[in-house]
Amino acid sequence: MNRIMAIIQRDLLKFFRSPALMMASLIFPLVQLVVLGYAFGGKIKNLKVGVVNQDGGLETVRLREMFGAIAANARTFTTVGYVDPRKALEDLREGRINAVLEIPPDFSRNVLEQHEPQIALIEDNTDNFVTSALEGVFTGLVAAYNQPRVEPRVPGGVSLRVVELYPYVPYIQYLLAGSVVLSIFVSAMIGGGIIFIDDKARGLHEGYLVTPITKFELIMGFTLSGASKAILAGLVLSTLGALLAGIPNPLALARVARLIVVIVVSSMALISMMFLMMVRISDPLVPRAIFGVLNTLLFFPSGAVYPINAFPPWMKAITVIDPFTYAVHAFKSLFLKNTGFIAISGDLIFLTVFTVIMMTFATLLFRRTL
Amino acid sequence: MAAVEVEKLTKRFNGFTAVDSLTFRVEEGEIFGLLGPNGAGKSTLIRMLTTLLPPTEGTALVNGYDVFRQQNEVRNCIGVIPQAMTSDLDLSAEENLNIFAKLYGVPRNRRAQVIRELLQAVELEKWANHPVKHLSGGMRRRLEIARGLVHEPKIFFLDEPTTGLDPTSRIAVWEMLVRIKKQRELTILLTTHYMDEADRLCDRIAIVDHGKLVAIDSPMKLKASIPAASFLEVSFSAIPTGWLETLKSLPEVASVTVHDHIFRIASHNGPRTTIELVEAARRAGIEVSSLSVQSTTLDDVFMHYTGRQLRDELQEKTYETSLMPPR
Repeated sequence: MNRIMAIIQRDLLKFFRSPALMMASLIFPLVQLVVLGYAFGGKIKNLKVGVVNQDGGLETVRLREMFGAIAANARTFTTVGYVDPRKALEDLREGRINAVLEIPPDFSRNVLEQHEPQIALIEDNTDNFVTSALEGVFTGLVAAYNQPRVEPRVPGGVSLRVVELYPYVPYIQYLLAGSVVLSIFVSAMIGGGIIFIDDKARGLHEGYLVTPITKFELIMGFTLSGASKAILAGLVLSTLGALLAGIPNPLALARVARLIVVIVVSSMALISMMFLMMVRISDPLVPRAIFGVLNTLLFFPSGAVYPINAFPPWMKAITVIDPFTYAVHAFKSLFLKNTGFIAISGDLIFLTVFTVIMMTFATLLFRRTL
Repeated sequence: MAAVEVEKLTKRFNGFTAVDSLTFRVEEGEIFGLLGPNGAGKSTLIRMLTTLLPPTEGTALVNGYDVFRQQNEVRNCIGVIPQAMTSDLDLSAEENLNIFAKLYGVPRNRRAQVIRELLQAVELEKWANHPVKHLSGGMRRRLEIARGLVHEPKIFFLDEPTTGLDPTSRIAVWEMLVRIKKQRELTILLTTHYMDEADRLCDRIAIVDHGKLVAIDSPMKLKASIPAASFLEVSFSAIPTGWLETLKSLPEVASVTVHDHIFRIASHNGPRTTIELVEAARRAGIEVSSLSVQSTTLDDVFMHYTGRQLRDELQEKTYETSLMPPR
């Protein structure tokens, strides 16, 4: 046990004496949480819609009033008037406006005659987010326009009543789980991957290998010291991130206790995976080269930034074996729903079994000699 | 029982033979040197004896334990200073020693005392709490020596202990090694490519070249084993045609080599050859630009047994570039 503790002690002493390393492990995921959370989490506003009104009748006045209401309240878009439709389309192509709404010449008459009145929304569909926002707004606008002027006393049609189970979840809260797992991964990669290989390349490991330390003690020492740093990163991100993201009651004892369990299990899973990857590597360039690729391959398919249900089959296959997926799911359950252990038991079991498998192969592959 | 017994020890890497059937013994209490150029197989041999590399063939016993079958027993009784500096730069001298004391299982109630005594022995007690990165190269090497002794081993392996150190630091390390060896009754096996280090420190030297053992004996006997008693290094203002043959024909001359216009003449009688040489130059109408007379060195011994000079080997060898920046 003393030998394992010696390896851990040495590693942690070095970590705490390297402010740059600590910053990289802790601050980078926090910055990413804030930047990504606010970059993706906002409602789209202040779009410009060019209106080509070729009718000019009374019904178009009503439409203009609705546009004004949107511009004043939700502010999704403001309108720009055009006389010439060709000029409007030219401005749309050149990016000066985001869409063109064309009201044809016989619109008012068709409304009165109830003869399939139409308005056309011409979109710049190179930006899916903008087009989705505009289509949503104009679909709602058209539905509101189609409501009868006099409401029946008893509604006859089917209406949808939406009930939200949990309070509104801004995107930064949605992203928090992924950021915590990312911080653990960055720690594992730097501490368990890059530093391990750097020390090996410098010959530091030779100093340990000539001592009576056993293979098991060496592996446990490296794994536990890497996991310690990853756990620290996870704890800092969980606490600071939860406060930044506005999670309700972030420091509730029961939630914190469950979070610690998930952090420990996730850290062991990721550090053991990193150790297995690096166990036969000697080239210090390799962990650096694969860092970015690994980050992308593990983080994005995990459901951290976008629902897994939207993924194609090949990406779903990655999701199934990706430890990030289970860690993200567990953290999301705890942060957003404040569930108990039963809801995340599947995640904990997968991560534990994953750790055992990784450690077994790492132990088999680890060389006790040069 | 010999401290180290090596019997036909061989190491091959993908068809390349780094160590070729070496056989030798190191007696208890002696300082034994392995002298040879880079790439001779010295470090590979040390790594096999210290359980870092398994041998391909042959056997080796260290303190009576087989290096392949009884690795843990071997590790418990040896101290090793590898060629690369293996101390953690961010930790203090004392912290480094403490870590290794734990790795070697030094009892908790003895650790502090052992570390204090070692720091005194290597004259680093004032630097105990300083990070290793603040220590000079010589001080770091002294710390490494202390680290290798933290568990009071019987046999001490040092791989190129003074490589990269300035002359003053090298001498300080030599003196410390000799002192510590006497105090602790150690057996020391070191590798080096420095002739002066082998000559000054070692009771016996094994000359290794291309993985083979070329010669083994005390420095004095090795020097006495070659025919020439003196070596003259001389350069001339001009080199007439056939001058090499002329020099070889001088009395008492055993051999003549030339390198970069400097003639190295092995002679059985240095003073007589000097006189004859000067006279021959006068007759040829040329002047002696420089002349030095030396007694036999280990380089001459290496030359005698291998046909090449050790210092030329060092200049010609290309070094593997490390992917890591120097520490």
